Amino acid sequence: MSAKLKDRIATFVIIAFSALIIALLVGMLGYILVKGISHIDWHFLTAEPETIKAGGGIGPELFNSVYLLILTLIITIPLGIGAGIYMAEYAKEGRITVSIRLVVEVLSSFPSIVVGLFGLLVLVNTFNFGFSVLSGALVLTIFNMPLMVRVTEQAFRNVPREQKEAGLAMGLSRWKIITSILLPVALPAIITGTILAAGRIFGEAAALLFTAGLTTPKLDFTDWNPTSLHSPINPLRPAETLSVHIWKVNSEGLSPDAAEIAAGSSAVLVLMVLIFNLLARWAGRLLYRKFTSIK
Amino acid sequence: MTDILRTEELKIYYGQNEAVKGVDLTFTENSVTALIGPSGCGKSTFLRALNRMNDEIPGSRMTGNIWIDGKNINAPDTDVTVLRQNIGMVWQRPNPFYKSIYANIAFGPKYHGVRNKAELDNIVEDSLRKAALWDEVKDRLHTSALSLSGGQQQRLCIARALSVQPKILLLDEPASALDPVSTAKIEETILQLKEQLCIVIVTHNMQQAARISGHTAYFYMGRLVEYDKTEKIFTNPSDPMTQEYISGRFG
Repeated sequence: MSAKLKDRIATFVIIAFSALIIALLVGMLGYILVKGISHIDWHFLTAEPETIKAGGGIGPELFNSVYLLILTLIITIPLGIGAGIYMAEYAKEGRITVSIRLVVEVLSSFPSIVVGLFGLLVLVNTFNFGFSVLSGALVLTIFNMPLMVRVTEQAFRNVPREQKEAGLAMGLSRWKIITSILLPVALPAIITGTILAAGRIFGEAAALLFTAGLTTPKLDFTDWNPTSLHSPINPLRPAETLSVHIWKVNSEGLSPDAAEIAAGSSAVLVLMVLIFNLLARWAGRLLYRKFTSIK
Repeated sequence: MTDILRTEELKIYYGQNEAVKGVDLTFTENSVTALIGPSGCGKSTFLRALNRMNDEIPGSRMTGNIWIDGKNINAPDTDVTVLRQNIGMVWQRPNPFYKSIYANIAFGPKYHGVRNKAELDNIVEDSLRKAALWDEVKDRLHTSALSLSGGQQQRLCIARALSVQPKILLLDEPASALDPVSTAKIEETILQLKEQLCIVIVTHNMQQAARISGHTAYFYMGRLVEYDKTEKIFTNPSDPMTQEYISGRFG
């Protein structure tokens, strides 16, 4: 077989695989959006869900998902960035570094249902946090933190070594080099990675079944006292998220329009994750330009 | 001319490997000294020892003394951050910070406590003038340093090193990645800076060493083979090995 023919075949196979992946993605997205988007309107996005009657919405679930995400990020961003900087800039290569990296890898690939059960036993029961936003956020931290550590470490390692050398030769302290020279270059990648990871935890369901719970108390959006049960920002109240809601409606929904609600919720979920991805790219580019003064 | 920098029995190891095997050299104020020799002869390692940059390489060790202003800086109690403020360094590949031209220069002085905007403006202009870059960039000080050409970036790095007013400038093959026009500009800059600084330059380019340096040190296999006036080294070296190297028979 001539080299040219081989090359043609290889190219064809690669293009065919790529096309297959794109077709899968477009097909799935298209199906979810076509089935669901007609159901999305203002009422659907804001109204309370109904158990028996038709016409329920997903207002509280949407709020819960966003709130849970924010709480998780508040916990994971400092931890993940701190550990990532340690791994990239301070840790000496050796047995400890290798084992930390291994732990981080294992942590991120844990089956979510197992982590959920762990959360149920430890957070919900033993620590007595109950089915709550807090339990959910802590469980999501287990998934999200390893990603944050890896994203931060990679972002720092991708900054050219010469940048650090230049800083050292100027007599800057290590901390100053990290915060003023490396971080601005690494930050766009960290932000992009954070938002992408946020998309992943936004869609998480299995781990939240046992931790954030399957119900939501009636929320009163005028009550901002974090200790009151009906306050939306109370971290110790149960909070059914959008993806958990999809699971619940599908498996035990009694309302006649359960299928439509599930389809609509799925479309909202997919759209939100899509928005996260676009936001990540946009924010990354914007920040890179701002910090490096590249027009 | 006053001595400003002197090494005494300087030995540098990478793990078991002895890269520099006991070098005694003296550098004076307002001078350019060229370090020449084939690749792997230890000249860059020697240069990096002078501001303790080898400390950053895991497994490297250094014995012997480096005297700067009567103080041995190869001592455990030396604060390398203070030391490095007095010694500027420029590498083979330009490495401007991913910031604006202005921010690149103002960074060091700001860190060392200059807050006054007018004073910073002065330092930026002064440093850029010394590095012969001012006229080319004065209208775009706030654009990215990465938008400059390679030669301009390298002069920016020189300006950045000058911004904290070092007494010594270490140049590690500063022109070897640049085109001939940029190289000429860098050499011109070096000759001007000689009036105020002690410059040590590592170079592979014999003509360059001959053009800009007052003294030349020839390194081979981690040893200092010969050190003399540049003119002498290039016209009538005492050591036959130096003769062979400069006439291009090996290296």
